[in-house]
Amino acid sequence: MNIPKDLKYTKDHEWVRIEGDAAYVGITDFAQGELGDIVYIEIETQGESIDSGEIFGTVEAVKTVSDLFMPLSGEVLEVNPKLESEPEIVNSDPYGDGWMIKISLSNPAELDELMDSEAYESSVS
Amino acid sequence: MEVKNLVLEDIHLAMGAKMMPFAGYNMPVRYSSDKEEHLAVRENVGIFDVSHMGEFYVKGKEALDLIQYVTSNDASKLFPGKIQYSCLPNENGGIVDDLLVYKISDEEYMLVVNASNIEKDWNWINQHNRFDAALENKSDDISLFALQGPNAIKVLQPLTDVDLASMEYYTFQEGNIADICSDAIISATGYTGAGGFEIYVENKYASAVWQKIFETGKEYELKPIGLGARDTLRLEKGFCLYGNDITDKTSPLEAGLGWITKFSKEFINSGSLKAQKEDGVKRKLVGFIMIDKGIPRAHYDITDDSGKRIGEVTSGTMSPCMNVGIGLGYVPVDLAKPDTKIFISVRGKQLEANVVKLPIYKG
Repeated sequence: MNIPKDLKYTKDHEWVRIEGDAAYVGITDFAQGELGDIVYIEIETQGESIDSGEIFGTVEAVKTVSDLFMPLSGEVLEVNPKLESEPEIVNSDPYGDGWMIKISLSNPAELDELMDSEAYESSVS
Repeated sequence: MEVKNLVLEDIHLAMGAKMMPFAGYNMPVRYSSDKEEHLAVRENVGIFDVSHMGEFYVKGKEALDLIQYVTSNDASKLFPGKIQYSCLPNENGGIVDDLLVYKISDEEYMLVVNASNIEKDWNWINQHNRFDAALENKSDDISLFALQGPNAIKVLQPLTDVDLASMEYYTFQEGNIADICSDAIISATGYTGAGGFEIYVENKYASAVWQKIFETGKEYELKPIGLGARDTLRLEKGFCLYGNDITDKTSPLEAGLGWITKFSKEFINSGSLKAQKEDGVKRKLVGFIMIDKGIPRAHYDITDDSGKRIGEVTSGTMSPCMNVGIGLGYVPVDLAKPDTKIFISVRGKQLEANVVKLPIYKG
């Protein structure tokens, strides 16, 4: 299972990559593997400020529907435009092309509550 | 409830299966990808281990009388080697289960029931057995493989003396699988609409048969298929799933199963079902295709164009063959005609869908 060392993780199987005062968010390799073929991603929260733990979108696999949770409080600045026509890139490249949203951080202190790669790895093994 | 393992549990794990408890069994849900597995069956060939299904044998002078009383279809039309799709009506207008009835001889039948209902069906049929008929539950002794897809015949024919090409849909023969066993039941049935065969063998032969099929299947790139693809395959063809589309509260007539509800004989609740047929049903199970982008799921509301709730989705998915959301659900009869616009309530939005004639996927 691929768990990059330079990312932070949540118990909801999302990853966070900090870039300056913003962060990219996606779902982990473990999550995409559990979901199976991802066929639809609905994120309609661009421009909204959302608290950590609240829902920012939905991911649908062939068999299941799962909510996507904000890993950190902030504003949804950008939604990956590729997800609309190619949701399967979340399966093939969950940490790269399959990123989901870019957010601003309204409370950077929350970063301390995220897991590092080792803690995440032990949580899923 | 204790979760049982299939005889082939270790083989499935070695083939990369993700296993999940379903109907009391650890079942392979997916080996590689739901979509890939789905398309393999539609276009080529795949094999499912569906040994969780239940098998009851009914034997005796009045075996047929018992079957006629508990099932809705007319089993007197069967001849040895013929199979019939049927259901067990309950006394309140609903369905205990749907099943296949295999006629082996005048005094011997096999009933194949859903895994989730084995105990319920067993008790139900026994409770109504006031006939000279003996029941035997062989569910724990029999493994069942469904070899499905247009190339299924090419994979199976080298392994058996049964002439598969001459077998008509919904017939079966007893025959050999290689030199492993001589008494397999080879049945021209399936739950995919892709053609193919179902093979019943005693558990002691299951591993050898599975492996032998993969030996001849190699040339055709035979893939193991999980329950995930089984569900999307059957839904594209509009086949009912017990627990979703038909339940103890849905009438066979509402579910579009009038063709297996024969009033040429008496059976449990036949009087009130006949009255329902004469009066006309108020709601019907329909297939639909999404026009707006979105995926219907079981229990989502169906609404009319004014937003009024008119029914409920019973099964829904993204169709791997059509790449669009599809589903089954109950709607009032006046909205059940093909090409009627209905709306599916998805996370608070009313998404447009079109009622279609079954099968949903015509390919």
